[in-house]
Amino acid sequence: MKKLLIATATTALMAGAASAEDIKIGLMLGFTGPAESYAPPMAGGVRAAIAEASDSGKFLGGSKIELVEGDSTCTDAAVATAVAERFVTSDGVSGIIGALCSGATTAALQNVAVPNGMVMISPSATSPALTTIEDNGLFFRATPSDARQGAVMADILMEEGIKSVAVTYTNNDYGKGLADAFEASFVALGGEVTINASHEDGKGDYSAEVGALASAGGELLVVAGYADQGGKGIIQGALDTGAFDLFHLPDAMVGHATEANFGADLDGSMGQVPGTDAEGGDMYVPIGEANGFDATAPYSPESYDAGAMMVLAMQAAGSADPAVYKDKLFDVANAPGEKIYPGELAKALEILAGGGDVDYVGASALELIAPGEASGSYRVVKTDGGKQETVGYR
Amino acid sequence: MDFLNALVAFTNFVIVPASAYGAQLAIGALGVTLIYGILRFSNFAHGETMAFGTMVVLLVTGLFQQWGISLGPLPTALLALPFGIAAAAALVLFTDKTVYKFYRRVKAAPVMLVIVSMGVMFMMNGILRMIIGTDDRRFADGERFIIRARDFKEWTGLSEGLAIRTTQVLTIVVALITVALLFWFLNKTRTGKSMRAYSDNEDLALLSGINPERVVMITWLVVAALATVAGTLYGLDKSFKPFVYMQLLLPIFASAIVGGLGSPLGAIAGGFVIAFSEITLTYAFKKVVTYLGPDGWSPDGLVQLLSTDYKFAVSFAILIIVLLFKPTGLFKGKSV
Repeated sequence: MKKLLIATATTALMAGAASAEDIKIGLMLGFTGPAESYAPPMAGGVRAAIAEASDSGKFLGGSKIELVEGDSTCTDAAVATAVAERFVTSDGVSGIIGALCSGATTAALQNVAVPNGMVMISPSATSPALTTIEDNGLFFRATPSDARQGAVMADILMEEGIKSVAVTYTNNDYGKGLADAFEASFVALGGEVTINASHEDGKGDYSAEVGALASAGGELLVVAGYADQGGKGIIQGALDTGAFDLFHLPDAMVGHATEANFGADLDGSMGQVPGTDAEGGDMYVPIGEANGFDATAPYSPESYDAGAMMVLAMQAAGSADPAVYKDKLFDVANAPGEKIYPGELAKALEILAGGGDVDYVGASALELIAPGEASGSYRVVKTDGGKQETVGYR
Repeated sequence: MDFLNALVAFTNFVIVPASAYGAQLAIGALGVTLIYGILRFSNFAHGETMAFGTMVVLLVTGLFQQWGISLGPLPTALLALPFGIAAAAALVLFTDKTVYKFYRRVKAAPVMLVIVSMGVMFMMNGILRMIIGTDDRRFADGERFIIRARDFKEWTGLSEGLAIRTTQVLTIVVALITVALLFWFLNKTRTGKSMRAYSDNEDLALLSGINPERVVMITWLVVAALATVAGTLYGLDKSFKPFVYMQLLLPIFASAIVGGLGSPLGAIAGGFVIAFSEITLTYAFKKVVTYLGPDGWSPDGLVQLLSTDYKFAVSFAILIIVLLFKPTGLFKGKSV
């Protein structure tokens, strides 16, 4: 029955593509929940990319793309599954962009995308577990795995001469994955992790966690949490009690929310967030200004790239059928071919329509590696005078 | 010196935060326990009432700050507190009139009222989010610390710091005043006595001429005041976020039940029992043991009884133990 359904859906989609009819793409992000402050600039990026391709008139012989949106939340597997289910069964999308958090992404992928043969591209799910997940080649992400972030973070700390740290992580797929990846790399480099303890988000009081972390000690505290949730509570508690003065902030803690909450109290603390100094990032900023979102916000460039990557793969395959275009994602994202930067989607669509080859660089210097994730470059930041200043890239 | 260091570390990370948290839970639990004692149901909308009162305090505080009114080193929110209490009182009286009154008249079973209060909780939840949204807000101003960890180290020459925040002291002081006022009200005034009579035996109270509607109204007024004070103290100490207030309901109920539902003294004891056990049982004693032990020796492990992951399990374990062995709670409240 499932096969029959898929076959029917596929046929319908094929027919749709052939006659230049409109296609739909589903966008699911955690618009509410622990990471809600990240969602608006990310949605802006995806909308901009889709609109650019759709308005160019060159996509699949003049097809228009309609974006349907849904709130997958961050950690509620049931909601994420329901939204993805709605995309596939009632909206009839040809691909899903999302979700924001690793937990929601895993749920939607395993329960909906894989059984229905739907391509899914997440701009920001970073859990190492998603690298090894059984995805039938349907899952991609425009961001590197946290296994890589853990290694980068360990390198940064070692170069700063820090040998002993305490680690706290938000108790979900993202936090646990990152904390474990970091501990493995840091210990391998000769560092010491005094404690690796979780914290729950949205709780009233973090003094117990701060007390345990303080007792374990360390030169600084690595906070693999969320900037507007437990991560904030932990840092506040640690600063107030004088437990730690220095912190290290992984991707989800870097951003305006943390700057606004703590300002100069975090001076000297470092962090890293996926990002690049390649020219693509600069070209992306005016796109954000034109569309009214902050293009420098974390994961906004990756979101644009996730949208662009999906559209270009469809164009390269000449079809919006997930079973066909899923094999084209590596071709459009990597060399050889003409380099494509943000704002040049129309050019890319034309090249692909003419049978040419493109190498999508995009806003985040995207380079896909097996099994379908970004190779990953990180922007290293250091808080100075209350502002997170970029101090390097790796 | 080492003994002092151990003591300071323990005070800084256990005693000070647990006392402030315990006081916040205690005032919250007092509200829950009063409703249970007099209106005879568990009010699930209590967290939302706290959030609503605090929201009004927060908005009025913002207005005062714009006008340049402040309390010097104390947070401006204290000035705004009466407005929050008034708004919360208006809200609970309105819900009582439109919702609970009907169920009282038909003499609905307590469990029905619990479900009704959950409905009220969701309504208030929605109203809150429509007015102020879901964001995390801070409204504490004035002097943040009484003693800073770094200054303390310099003064004393100890290697451990001690930090005491203004809001922590304020929480405890306000909690003491509130509790004293409440006990004076319940034990000495005519209205308070009639409330206790109504709570002990409804029929007898009615026979002796106590007006039930008046008792109900005053109970709601007291509860609104307690909820707003608890919510504001909590918000000043940490921050205001509607979602967190809903989550606070669990430890608050645990405190009220452990102390004995319906017993004001029990609610206070329960609040501190829950706060101290959550923090002490999950505290890693490594630092303290290192200071107390022989020179140059430190334990290999963290000397932690339970990982902090089990923080909430601690409250529930205490709750279950109390319900199993002393169902009326520590202070002979009503059994659930």
